[in-house]
Amino acid sequence: MLAESLFILLGTVSVVAALGMLIARNPVTSALWLILTLFCVAGLYLTLSAEFIAVVQVLVYAGAIMVLFLFVIMLLNLGALPQLEKMDWKKALGFVLCVIVLSQLVFIVATSLQLMPATATVAEDAGAATTIAKTLFTRHMLDFEMIGVLLLVATVGALMLAKRKFA
Amino acid sequence: MDISGAYDSILYDIAGGFSLLVLLLAGIVCIVWDIFENDEPVLPFVAAMACVVGIVWEVRNLDAGSSTVFYDSIRAYGLASYINITILLSALATVILSVPYLKRIKHGYGEVYALIVFATAGAVMMGTANSLVTVFVGLETMSISLYILAGLVRRDEGGIESALKYFLLGAFSTGFFLYGIALLYGATGTMYLPEMASGFIERGELTLLFWAGIALFFVGFLFKVSAVPFHMWTPDVYQGAPTPLTGYMSTASKAAAFAALVLVLYYGLAPMPVAAWQTALAVVALVTMVLGNLLALVQNNAKRMLAYSSIAHAGYVLVALTAGTSQGYAGAVYYLLIYSLMNIGAFGVMALLEWDDKEGRLQTIDSLAGIGFRKPLLGVAMGVFMFSLIGFPPFGGFFGKVAVFAPAIEAGYTWLAIAGVLASALSGYYYLRVLYVFWMRTEEQADPAVRARAFPVSFSSAAVVVTCALVLLVIGFIPYVRDLTQIYFDASVFATMP
Repeated sequence: MLAESLFILLGTVSVVAALGMLIARNPVTSALWLILTLFCVAGLYLTLSAEFIAVVQVLVYAGAIMVLFLFVIMLLNLGALPQLEKMDWKKALGFVLCVIVLSQLVFIVATSLQLMPATATVAEDAGAATTIAKTLFTRHMLDFEMIGVLLLVATVGALMLAKRKFA
Repeated sequence: MDISGAYDSILYDIAGGFSLLVLLLAGIVCIVWDIFENDEPVLPFVAAMACVVGIVWEVRNLDAGSSTVFYDSIRAYGLASYINITILLSALATVILSVPYLKRIKHGYGEVYALIVFATAGAVMMGTANSLVTVFVGLETMSISLYILAGLVRRDEGGIESALKYFLLGAFSTGFFLYGIALLYGATGTMYLPEMASGFIERGELTLLFWAGIALFFVGFLFKVSAVPFHMWTPDVYQGAPTPLTGYMSTASKAAAFAALVLVLYYGLAPMPVAAWQTALAVVALVTMVLGNLLALVQNNAKRMLAYSSIAHAGYVLVALTAGTSQGYAGAVYYLLIYSLMNIGAFGVMALLEWDDKEGRLQTIDSLAGIGFRKPLLGVAMGVFMFSLIGFPPFGGFFGKVAVFAPAIEAGYTWLAIAGVLASALSGYYYLRVLYVFWMRTEEQADPAVRARAFPVSFSSAAVVVTCALVLLVIGFIPYVRDLTQIYFDASVFATMP
């Protein structure tokens, strides 16, 4: 199964990248790991034939938000960060083992309680931009307009708090 | 999916969501106008007019049968009109009280009024929501506006503390809320409340996923209405925010959150076995009432005291929701209206009696000794609000408390109602202490800074405070309001109730 192997590949890479983000010493490295994770998640969306969400994921997260992160990191004084001790590999190994055992336990408990979600069949065009647009501008038009207002509020508020002079 | 006829009912939709659309329009007008004429003094008038137009429109539709508009996104007419009136009245009072207050602290920015209007639009959307998406979008619009308004006075560390705490904890609780919605969607397959109910009637079973969703969902709600144990943010946020806006947070936003909770419980969850969350709500209501009142006893600051008092009042409303009957929900929405009036009035009086230039977060209640003799109008009005908050007959608060406690007794939660009444008796101490300081101490005992200060009361602020007080005096004797709330809730939806 191509889809299944793709899922396993993308899923593993995204989890590894997420771990890499957590344990990376350098914030810039950490941010780059995060980008890899986000790309893999976008790939997962593609395997679910949700092209639109995949594209948005890359554009918004990997593009806009990550650039913002990197800018903030660059403005910080990285030299002032505390020097960390050397990593204890025994502890790291113990942690990995714990995670594996825990996930096995959760899996067993979840299957025995029948908590595992049934595999849903996704319609072919469920993730296409046309489908999303049709629902967004009809069923959810009020929500859509309101989110526009929400963004306006956030922008105006940020500008007001930042730009108004201290009285 | 054919969308050629998608907007055929748009005129009907616009009529149903008229007050919401007017608010959105007024907010955008305020922002655009403010670009060209910075801090134009007409902007509060625009905001207030939007509220007035909304109120007039909704009053006309109070008796109309409830329906849904915008593809079942929000409810309109009937109950929705009643909720909108509660929210819009609080917003109107806030706008009017804010004008002289913000001018005095030199923060009368045009954006503030736009943000109040947008927050109100979010509250209206949330309070009349018919789908979980709408609840969430409305909640976020309201909350984000309020985070900004709480931090309006940026030079004061109290304001910053207030905004930051509100923002961080609010964002955190939003996470719970959203997880709850996601799990509920996973369990029921729908975002729409009536479909949730009918889906349960068809399938007749609830998965564990559903219960997890409900639990997270309730946590999010209980945070927004500041019920114990999710109340920690309330005193600090209320104390540091500008006082009329604190009044707004404690009335409009709380009324909207409770209204949404009532809609979810009544339209979405009523046919399900309610005993499970009834017990949870009963426990939360009990600790909220007890802890809110006990902590209010030891406060020296009026805003902090009112914050704990608003926690306690959230507990009273939860008592009505615990009952889980149509009477209970009717009592809850009735109480919300009365609670909004008395709280906006009490915060309004405290805004007018503020002298520390720190949004009233440093001044003690004792510093205002004998102020009733200097400002008799405010003193008498405060008397009405305090007696009403205690629940003393013949003020509105008494009738409100009857409306929330009686259904609990009928539903078998007598112990909870008794606890509520005892807690209200306890609250008499700290409410009456305000009146004792205002009227039974001499002016010489007041802080020197208070004696040197004139406390000007503009006509508009006085009008708002007096109107609130007068309405509280008469509302209990107008059976129309109480009857109105009762016809909104139909007992027949509670299929599994004994």
